[in-house]
Amino acid sequence: MSVESRQGRWADRMQGRWVWAGFALPGILWLIFLFIVPFYVVLSIAGGELNAIFQSPEPIWNPLQWTGANFVAVFHDLVGQTAFVGPIFLRTVVYVAVASVLSLLIAYPAAYFVARYAGRRKVLFLVLLIAPFWVSYMMRMLAWIGLLQTSGYINRALLDLGLISQPVNWLGGKPMTIILGLVYGYIPYLILVLYAGLDRIDQRLLEAGRDLGLNRARTFWRVTLPLSRQAILTGMLITALPMVGDYFTNQMLSGAPSTAMIGNVINSQLNTASQQSKGAALSVLLLVFLLVPMLYYVVQTQRASREAY
Amino acid sequence: MAVAADVAEPMSASGDVPGPAVRSRRLRPWKNPWRRPWILEGFTWLYLVWSILPIVVAVIFSFNAGKSQSVWQGFSTRWYWGNPLTSVFENPQLRQSIIQTFRLSVLTTIIAVPLGVAFAIGINRWRTRTATTFNFVVVFSYVIPELIFAVAMFFLFTQLFTSIHLGTAAEVLGLATWNFSWPAIIVLARLVSIGPSYEEAAADLGASRLQTIFRVLLPLLMPAVFASAVLVFASVVDDFVVVDLLSSTANTQPMSVLIYSSTRGGNSGPALNALATIMLVFSFVVAIFGLVAYRWMTRGERGSSRQEALTTITGM
Repeated sequence: MSVESRQGRWADRMQGRWVWAGFALPGILWLIFLFIVPFYVVLSIAGGELNAIFQSPEPIWNPLQWTGANFVAVFHDLVGQTAFVGPIFLRTVVYVAVASVLSLLIAYPAAYFVARYAGRRKVLFLVLLIAPFWVSYMMRMLAWIGLLQTSGYINRALLDLGLISQPVNWLGGKPMTIILGLVYGYIPYLILVLYAGLDRIDQRLLEAGRDLGLNRARTFWRVTLPLSRQAILTGMLITALPMVGDYFTNQMLSGAPSTAMIGNVINSQLNTASQQSKGAALSVLLLVFLLVPMLYYVVQTQRASREAY
Repeated sequence: MAVAADVAEPMSASGDVPGPAVRSRRLRPWKNPWRRPWILEGFTWLYLVWSILPIVVAVIFSFNAGKSQSVWQGFSTRWYWGNPLTSVFENPQLRQSIIQTFRLSVLTTIIAVPLGVAFAIGINRWRTRTATTFNFVVVFSYVIPELIFAVAMFFLFTQLFTSIHLGTAAEVLGLATWNFSWPAIIVLARLVSIGPSYEEAAADLGASRLQTIFRVLLPLLMPAVFASAVLVFASVVDDFVVVDLLSSTANTQPMSVLIYSSTRGGNSGPALNALATIMLVFSFVVAIFGLVAYRWMTRGERGSSRQEALTTITGM
């Protein structure tokens, strides 16, 4: 190989590098200014002070001067005598946990059936499974508001069946309504992830399990379930994470403070200027709290895409 | 019982050997490994009814002649047009929200898709630490709870970039960032599945790098680009949190925010159902158009199927 051609290649490779960098650059700049900088702004407000005259948040841009005052205030809201955010936070954790487990119990069998047994009707089932994904969240909540009204179909059906003696005020701050609302709202995402995971399982592995003498239940337990563990974990994360930040489900289906979630606190703090820095600090704390599951998701998907190479 | 017998029969008929045949005829239904999973299928149908029926009911009630959302009072299109105050297409605020949703969807798609596609191509080839880091950032932006992201955006536009007021510009910038991950992730996946062989072939045949990109790579990426455009458009139609925090006046409220704020006031009527139905039609038209076009684009490709098209269009 002559020197020139090697140099030519090297030049070509360098030029290639710049071409690719040029492609990525606009996106990278966009992410820096509109994704990374915003979080720096939140930190600056959370670490900042309150303007004494205007009662509005005063950001401190120099990280060395950040104060912990807002975090201390949020901490007092979370634990202690006058804490009002603490119980709400616990409630959020409970609601999200119950709703996630319920979602999994409902979504898994359905996804499993469609992935494994739907046969020639697979496309039909898939269309029906995917349909709610294309219906907006607001529409789906609105649908339940209609059904759950005091004179709505749910109450009428329950009265006719004799299960209740008088109409229940489902929309008046019932935790069950909120949890079912969360399940109904986020289950399409979970079911799609589960379906994708279950559909990828090599059928030959199941046949091997059967050939080796396992019955149906044990094949499922020893082969299918372990192989779908990844889909279960990522699916649960992809539904539980947005649930934690949800404030609209609660507002639409109850509106009562007794069912308020952490998202409601942050959202209402944003509406009052003097509370905004506390809202910033609270959302930073929430982000830190959720960092581990989020990083877990990112690492898992990165690994999966590397394995696909 | 009947099903079990059906399945067991061919076995006993084919094999004259008495042993296994007799045993299989005696097989109890719950022991038969080939029985149809009735319980599972019934459960799946129950789930589908539960997930779809409420929406159908809500759509039907948008054609209710009365004001009730739970008592049927006859068919009417009065919530769509005819009354300047309560009809969706004639009440200025309701109509404005439809226009705003459409405007946000179009603008966001135009910005986010080219940005994300170029980013994905660059990141996939430019193997440096910077590339890996930003790939990480994109996936991170995909899983972060929308509220936390929207709070950050809210403070960005109220404290740092104050010349961009809350309103349409802020909404578009926020939505484009929030939906940036769709084209980036989908196109990256497609790049991985295409592999380098087509480009190498083009290079061997004497194509320059830019020629390879524009005449080989981009046409191959088109289905993924298109699928992500459909997804971004539909996600913006459905989006609520980002636009709720970044909209300012009633003029910049899209349909989702209007439905939310009106329901909260307790004065929800079939007009909201009508608005939501329009949103639904919006998304479904986009989805079906996307599906048909995607199928057409990937025709003749290995692994192309209705199922593959469905899952790609939904971002799976």
